[in-house]
Amino acid sequence: MAARSRCARSWSASSRLDEVFRDEWGRVLAALVGYTGDFDLAEDATQEAFALAAERWPREGTPPNPGAWLTITARNRAIDRVRRDRSRAEKTRLLELPDEAKEHEVEETSFPDERLELIFTCCHPALALEAQVALTLRALGGLTTEEIARAFIVSPETMKRRLTRAKRKIREASIPFSVPADHVLPDRLAAVLAVVYLIFNEGYGGRVDLAAEAIRLGGILAALMPDEPEVHGLLALMLLTDARGEARFQDGELVLLADQDRSRWNRAQIERGRAQLDRAIALGGRGSYIIQAAIASLHMEEPQNWSQIAALYAELARTTKSPVVELNRAIAVAEAEGPEEGLTLVDRLELDGYQYFHSTRADLLRRLGRADEARAAFERALELAGAEPERRFLQRRIAEVSGAGPSRR
Amino acid sequence: MEYALLIYSSPEVNDRHQQQGPSVLAEYEEIAAARGILDGQQLQPVESATTVRVENGQALLTDGPFVAAKEYLGGFYLFEADNLDAATEMAARIPAARLGGAIEVRPIMER
Repeated sequence: MAARSRCARSWSASSRLDEVFRDEWGRVLAALVGYTGDFDLAEDATQEAFALAAERWPREGTPPNPGAWLTITARNRAIDRVRRDRSRAEKTRLLELPDEAKEHEVEETSFPDERLELIFTCCHPALALEAQVALTLRALGGLTTEEIARAFIVSPETMKRRLTRAKRKIREASIPFSVPADHVLPDRLAAVLAVVYLIFNEGYGGRVDLAAEAIRLGGILAALMPDEPEVHGLLALMLLTDARGEARFQDGELVLLADQDRSRWNRAQIERGRAQLDRAIALGGRGSYIIQAAIASLHMEEPQNWSQIAALYAELARTTKSPVVELNRAIAVAEAEGPEEGLTLVDRLELDGYQYFHSTRADLLRRLGRADEARAAFERALELAGAEPERRFLQRRIAEVSGAGPSRR
Repeated sequence: MEYALLIYSSPEVNDRHQQQGPSVLAEYEEIAAARGILDGQQLQPVESATTVRVENGQALLTDGPFVAAKEYLGGFYLFEADNLDAATEMAARIPAARLGGAIEVRPIMER
């Protein structure tokens, strides 16, 4: 993981400082949002405190409790700003201004961790999904607006507008800064997990930064909600999927799971993922992230237990009602029972616009020796394929079945 | 914090209210009496609307609503709540929300 960690930070401090900043940003911002009730003010004050630290710490040394130093400094900055701006004071909770805390008080002060409240605010369903994603990356991940814009291939101005609009809605509509009540918690937690998984999948498509960021967010959530099985399930799923990320490509070409060089899998991360999965199951969880993580874990065993994988896909298909999951079940059934059985399941699905439906069908037809039909299906998949490595992969397959075709006729 | 809970309806949603009988009316009355509800009104059918514009100091009247659409504003509550979660929870209790209509929750601008 360390090699993957992001290096292009906006502050040009040492890597040690960088590490502290990464860990502390979300905590300090959360404390400030909780304290001021104003997202913008909290962000400005936090930014100032971090800038001050970047300037001072390399000269004067890192304080013994960096988090408390940053929080107190940011709080003082916020109080300063409110004093200067009376109209703002009337809108924030800081009507009665406390005295500024002195830096020598830092050591005996500890702040409650309010990152969970912050996550639930950022992922509130009253915000557009793309705003939830951006806000979570900004507030919890500490990414700059420019970095988020780059990751989602939009202009920095567009991303700035998106964030500004979301923060304005939080303020104007009074979106609460709190962990939701028990009766809505399952739905709201599902929304949070969906945002984290969306960030992960954006990263899995090639932008590795975001995958690492999602795993970091998942780790924070798992620490803050240690008794929620699905939180551990999602973290397990991301760790296990990402652990073979590097083996998915060889010289820029896509490599299927069965052909991957297993020595390039990240063993330590697989162990971490399996530990999270065990924890999720021990907590009695059986949600969709947990099942997917269990499937990912089984995929990495040698030999693979295909009938067990097929059974888990069947369970997942029952809860998600997703034809894509059914397609995956068909692949597992083909491995467990034979391509004929797999093809029977595939042909029941209505997924004509889906690339992997055609490439799966094509592969099963190829294995059954029906080369002409296989070629037609690979060609249909190629029509639907977007990413260049995938297109080249399909072209190689078409060449293979075309070569094999005449000799079998 | 005050919120307007704007109840959007349509002829079909209206029919479904009729089919439900008097119990649905009791639900609306219960909400009207709930803690935090400051006001609540049902509007006459949208056919009774008159839209007014002023051009060059002259009032121009047209028959019907400002926006001609299948859905229309059928009524509203004014609700005082701590935050948006409390407001959306109250909105979800309004029968129109489950009978095919929708509730638009709008914070009232503070003066």
